[in-house]
Amino acid sequence: MPSGIKDKVVIIGMGCTRFGERWDMSEEDLIVDAFKEAIEDAGIEKKDIDASWFGSCFDEVNVGKSAITLPMTLKLPYIGATRVENFCASGTEAFRGAVYAVASGASDIALALGAEKLKDTGYGGLPDFGTAMGTFNRLFMPNATAPGSFALMATGYMSKYGVKPEELKTGLAKISAKSHANGALNPKAHLRKVVTVDQILAAPIIAWPLGLFDCCGVSDGAAAAIVTTPEIAKKLGKTNPVFVKALQIAITSGEEMWYDNWDGAHVETTFRAGKKAYAEAGIKNPREEINMMEVHDCFSITELATYEDLQISPRGKAIEDISAGFYDLKGQVPCQPDGGLKCFGHPIGASGIRMLYEMYNQLLGRAGERQLKDPKIGLTHNLGGFPAMSVCSVAIVGK
Amino acid sequence: MVGITSFGGYIPRYRLNRFNIFSAMGWFNPVTIAVAQGEKAVANYDEDSLSMAVGAGLDALTAIDRSKIDGVYLASTTLPYKERSCAAIAATAMDLRTDVRVADFGESIKGGTTAVLAGIDAVKGGEVENLMVLASDFRMGKMGSMVEQFYGDGAGCLVLGKDNVVAEFKGSYSVSYDFVDHFRGDGKPFDRTWEERWIRDEGYTKFIPEAVSGLLKKTGTKAEDVARIVYPCYFGRDHKTIGAKLGFKPEAIHDNMHAVCGDTGTAHPLVMMVSALQDAKPGDKIIMASFGTGCDALLFEVTDNIKKTSGIGGIKAALANKAELAPYEKYAVFRNIIPMELGIRGEDSAFTALSTLWRKRKAVLALVGTKCTACNTPQFPPQRVCVNPDCGAIDQMEDYRFSDKDATIFSYTGDMLSFSFDPPQVYGIIRFKGGGRLWTDFTDCKLEDISVGQNAKLSFRRKYYDDKRGIHGYFWKVVPVK
Repeated sequence: MPSGIKDKVVIIGMGCTRFGERWDMSEEDLIVDAFKEAIEDAGIEKKDIDASWFGSCFDEVNVGKSAITLPMTLKLPYIGATRVENFCASGTEAFRGAVYAVASGASDIALALGAEKLKDTGYGGLPDFGTAMGTFNRLFMPNATAPGSFALMATGYMSKYGVKPEELKTGLAKISAKSHANGALNPKAHLRKVVTVDQILAAPIIAWPLGLFDCCGVSDGAAAAIVTTPEIAKKLGKTNPVFVKALQIAITSGEEMWYDNWDGAHVETTFRAGKKAYAEAGIKNPREEINMMEVHDCFSITELATYEDLQISPRGKAIEDISAGFYDLKGQVPCQPDGGLKCFGHPIGASGIRMLYEMYNQLLGRAGERQLKDPKIGLTHNLGGFPAMSVCSVAIVGK
Repeated sequence: MVGITSFGGYIPRYRLNRFNIFSAMGWFNPVTIAVAQGEKAVANYDEDSLSMAVGAGLDALTAIDRSKIDGVYLASTTLPYKERSCAAIAATAMDLRTDVRVADFGESIKGGTTAVLAGIDAVKGGEVENLMVLASDFRMGKMGSMVEQFYGDGAGCLVLGKDNVVAEFKGSYSVSYDFVDHFRGDGKPFDRTWEERWIRDEGYTKFIPEAVSGLLKKTGTKAEDVARIVYPCYFGRDHKTIGAKLGFKPEAIHDNMHAVCGDTGTAHPLVMMVSALQDAKPGDKIIMASFGTGCDALLFEVTDNIKKTSGIGGIKAALANKAELAPYEKYAVFRNIIPMELGIRGEDSAFTALSTLWRKRKAVLALVGTKCTACNTPQFPPQRVCVNPDCGAIDQMEDYRFSDKDATIFSYTGDMLSFSFDPPQVYGIIRFKGGGRLWTDFTDCKLEDISVGQNAKLSFRRKYYDDKRGIHGYFWKVVPVK
C-alpha cells in the first residue's frame, strides 16, 4: 500500500466567489475574484506560485479548452498550467493535481482554481450533453439529463429497500430543507431562502420522483486553493495550516452499467473512494471520527445515498438519521454547513474546491453564523457523471 | 410451391379519434363529419415508415428463422430518405445476413403489391429462397382535408419463399394507368387530391374490378369460391359495392379497416392480407388487390402450414394494443404540422458521425452486443474487455443480439427537463433475461403505468431527427408490457 498523501501538503490560502446567476460577471471576473481572495489569504505574492491546475467542465459554454484561460487571466508568469476535466468532480481534480505536485517535490507552492460560467446557455439546467459523450454514445444513449439519471437511483432506492414514494420524498425533503436552512446563513450562497418540508413536497416534478427542491442550483462561480508543504508553510509563518489527510478518487469500471450486479440504490465509486480515503487518513469509524462533511448533493437522492456509501449511515437507514437531525448544523455530523450544491450552487469546475473552502473555514473558525464547535476533521465528496457511470473524489482535511 | 412463408403486421399503438379531428377542424370543412367515425392509427413521434416496417418484419420473424431471409424489399411513399436504402437499414436492424439483396419500392401506394410480385418473381427465378417484403406508410393530409380523416399509419410484411408455404401463390393480374387521383409533389409533405366522385367512379370502381376479373379469368377461379378478398377503398359504401358487383360473398369481403386504423397507403393491401391470413383456414382462397396508378391483384391458397403461424401477433394483436392520442394538437405537433416552441434545449442537435455509425452499425441498428465466451456474460454496447470483474478476458467475445431478448424494468424516471416531443421523457435501465443491461429511452407508455420488475420488450424507433442535416437516427427503445 502506498504511504499516501496524509500530512504531506497543507492549504495556506483559499478563495471563493459568491455563486449564483452572475449575469454581471464573466469568467474573467470570477477567476480574478477567487484568486484575489486566495492569494491575500495565503499572504504570498504571485511569483511564489510555481505551478497551477485549472478545473472546468463544460468548455462549450465556459472558457473553452486548455488551461490557457487561467494564466492569461491572472497573468501568471510562464509557469505550468494544466486544465483538468472529470465531469462534476473537475474541481477536486484540480486540487489533486496541485497537491500531488507539491507532495512530489515538483512544486513548492501550487494553485488549484476551478471556474464555471454556466448561465450563458439560455435555458435552465446544465448544458445539453449533445456532444459531451462522443460520437458513438450519442447514437444510443437515452435523451437523459442529470436530474433524470439521478432520479433512476431514487427509483432504485425505493425498490431495493421497499420505501414508498411518499416516504422517500419526505426524507429527501428533509435533506433539502436542512441545506436551505444552512444556505440562508451563507452570504456567498446562490439560494438563501429557508424552505419548509411542505413547500418542498409541493414543488413541481423535474424528473420523477425528484422535484424542483431536490435539485441543486445551476450557478456561475469560481473557487481557488493554494497549497504547499508544511515546512514552507511554517517558513511563511503559518501557524495553523489545514492539512490534507486523504485525497482519493475512484472511477467506474463499467460494472454498474454493463454488468448485472449493481443494485441501482447506491453509487459504487463513492463507497470505493471513501474506503480508500479512510484508509489513507487512518480513520476507522467514519460515523464517529468525521466531524463535518460537504458532499456532492447535486440531487437530494445523491446526498442520501452518499450518507450510506461513505459509511456514515448504515445501508437503508439514512432516512432515519436525517429524520433524527443527525446531519443538521447542530447534529452529530453536520453535512452541507455552507448550504451544499443545493444552496451554495454548482458551478461545476469550482464545486470541489468550494467544498474544501467551507471545510477550511470551519477548521480555522471563520465560518461566521455557521461555525461548528471546534471541528477537527472534515470530508468533501465530489461526484461526477451518472450513478451508473461515475467519477468520485473524496478528500479529508484536518488540523 | 411458391407462396407466403411468413407474415407480420404493425399498427402503431396510438389512435386518433376521428371526431377529435372533426372537433378541431370541422369548422373549416364541415363535410368531413361524413367520415369522422372510428379512429385512425397514428405513428408516435418516434415512429415512421421505416420503424413500423421493421416492427412488421420482426413480427414475421417469429415464424421463420432470420438466417433464412435472402432479401428485403421495402415499399412506401413516405420513407425518411430519398437516397439511402431504407430496406438496407431495415435488414441491418433485423440483424439479417449481409449476403442479401435489398430494394426500395416507392412513388405509388400500389408499390406494396408490386414489391410482392417482384418478390415472387425472385423466388420463382431461383436466385433467392426467402424474400421479405415490407410495406409501410405514414401519410399526412392537410388539416381539415378528407384524406386527413382517411389516412392511417401502419405496416405489413409478407415473406415469400418455396418451403413451408402457408399460402400458395396461384397467379396475378395487373393493370397500370397514370390515373392521378392524388399525388405528392417533390419535397411536399401533403398529397394533392382530385374530386372524390371522380376518384370513386373512374378509379376505385373501375381498376379494381378490371384487375380482379382479369385474375379470376386467368386463374379459372369463381368469385363465390374465394374465401377472402382484400382491397382498399376508403369510401365505405363503395368499398362493399365493388366486391359485391364482382360476385364475392359479403362475408368474403374484408373490411377496409377505416374504423380501426384508416387507409395505410402502400401498406394497406398487406395489412389487410395479414389480417385475413390470421383468420384463414387451410384451403381458403384469398385475393389481395391494391389501388394506385392501376391495380395489382394476386390470388393465394392457404395450406396446412397456416396452423404453424399462431405465434405471429400480426394485425390483430397490433390493433388490440391501443391507446388514444389526444388532443388533436398533439398529433399535429408530432407531425410537425403546427410549429411548437421547442425551447433552446430542443434546438440542439449533435451531428451524426456516419463513419462511427458504420463501425457500430450492429450495435446501434440491430442492438447487437457481445457475450464473453470465457464467462458467458452478455454486455451492451459491445466490449473487447469483459466487464465481469471476476473475468476480464480480452478479445474472447462473440456477437450477442439483445433485440429479441425478454427483459424486465430495473429503474425508470420521467424527465421534464430533457427535451421531448411528449414530455416527460421516460427512460430507464432494463435487465435482460440471460444477462446484460441497457439504459435507454422508453416509449408507447405513460410514466404512471410503469413499475420496477415489469416486463419489457424492445422496439426499433427513430431516436432523433436532425433537420439541419436531414439525418434520421434510429435506436431501440423499451416498451413496457402489461
